[in-house]
Amino acid sequence: MMSAILPDLGKYAMPVLASYGSGLILLIGLVCVSVWQGRKAKAALDAVESKDQSDA
Amino acid sequence: MKALLLRDLRLAFRAGGGFGLGLAFFLIVVMLVAFAVGPQAELLSRIAPGVLWIGALLACLLSLDRLLALDFEDGSLDLLATAPLPLEAALSVKALAHWITTGLPLVVVAPALGVLLNLPPQGFAWITIALLVGTPALSVIGTFGAAITVGIKRGGLLLSLLVLPLYVPTLIFGAEVARRGAQGMDVSTPLLMLAGITFGVLACMPFASAAVLRVNLR
Amino acid sequence: MSLWKYANPVKFLHLSERVLPTLWVLSIACVATGLVWGFFFTPDDFRQGSTVKIIYLHVPSALMAINAWFMMLLASLIWLVRRHHVSALAAKAAAPVGVVMTVIALVTGALWGQPMWGTWWAWDPRLTSFLILFLFYLGYMALWAAIEDPDSAADLTSVLCLVGSVFAVLSRYAVNFWNQGLHQGTSIPVATGERSVADVFFVPLVIAMIGFGLLFLALVFYRTGTEIRLRRTKALLAREART
Repeated sequence: MMSAILPDLGKYAMPVLASYGSGLILLIGLVCVSVWQGRKAKAALDAVESKDQSDA
Repeated sequence: MKALLLRDLRLAFRAGGGFGLGLAFFLIVVMLVAFAVGPQAELLSRIAPGVLWIGALLACLLSLDRLLALDFEDGSLDLLATAPLPLEAALSVKALAHWITTGLPLVVVAPALGVLLNLPPQGFAWITIALLVGTPALSVIGTFGAAITVGIKRGGLLLSLLVLPLYVPTLIFGAEVARRGAQGMDVSTPLLMLAGITFGVLACMPFASAAVLRVNLR
Repeated sequence: MSLWKYANPVKFLHLSERVLPTLWVLSIACVATGLVWGFFFTPDDFRQGSTVKIIYLHVPSALMAINAWFMMLLASLIWLVRRHHVSALAAKAAAPVGVVMTVIALVTGALWGQPMWGTWWAWDPRLTSFLILFLFYLGYMALWAAIEDPDSAADLTSVLCLVGSVFAVLSRYAVNFWNQGLHQGTSIPVATGERSVADVFFVPLVIAMIGFGLLFLALVFYRTGTEIRLRRTKALLAREART
């Protein structure tokens, strides 16, 4: 099954797959954490600003 | 300047710390390494230069957080900053005091500890010279680290994280001088590099330290 | 019209809102193309076998690990000279990206080195330099995290970045002196115009490198925006607490 999708990596399949796996996990993790932090910051700022305006 | 130097030295002596503590620490590190790697004489003699350098590095690091923190807490750093003496000079003097209380004793006892580690006879002169040339750089770089972390509560660990990577070039060349000396090889290249780093750091680092300290005193 | 007008946080946010969607799409497209092409459609090297495919992650991430520090150095200088807050925050935002790039380079390098050099780790100058770079990143981020006052933090980290850069270069040469390496020479020597990599490998590699560069830009833009918003929230809350 897998061999139909994956190219033949020969005897070095483990290191190649592991590096792609770890590399992609790290990259996607970085993007996800960044976006999550960004969303949180935006929400916090919006909350404070809207409260500010309702006070004024 | 002389007054500041004498004051710092006197404080270090009175606290009983400075001198004895660093030396005792150095001795303990050497002893622990011997315990850790086992008592084989030829292995110890091979790693002796490196062990002595690591010991010097750690002993130097140990006393760094007190270098400025005490003066920061009791406000004498603010006085120093407003004194007619430029802050760069004051920090150089403090680094000098630190070197006299920790670096210099280490240089003096290093050959004695070399005996414990079976350092080859031709290595004694070189380890002393390497430490003599290299340890001033450790004090000056350490002063920069102390100046950065002076305002931080419990900055000790952060101080090590910031300072130790900066010690890498000094350590590499210093240990190389000692290693080559111990093996009877030519030491002129690493020795010149080591001296170059020390002098360069002596010339430039006080400005960075003073800039950082001014930020922290703001 | 000058670049400096984007030193205004509001203008910067507007710009990043306009640029970011394109940047995200382009960068992800490039990274995906480079990696998929590299993974599926390149032949095996006759000596390295399929491990040659690791290069499409290793080289771009190593490149960006160094360039991220370089960008932080520039941003720190701009902050120290011109006191633009956006610049300081951009340096702060770039550091975690640089760390991740360094880790990817180290991990993929280790995975490649195991079958090729027969060891996960060798105290080779390039590897060691990257380890030192990693430590510098950690110290830089720890310093940002440790200081409360944002302006002092920006000042101190900027000076640390300058001093660290000098010492990173020094360490590089010291490490070279300390141990001659077994690491491959650079894959794309710009000066000589020749390459040590064949065309089949080269094109996807360049695409991956461009992709990583764009991804870095997108992340820095986005994270700088996050930092600006956090800073503003804090300022508003502080003002409220006072009144």
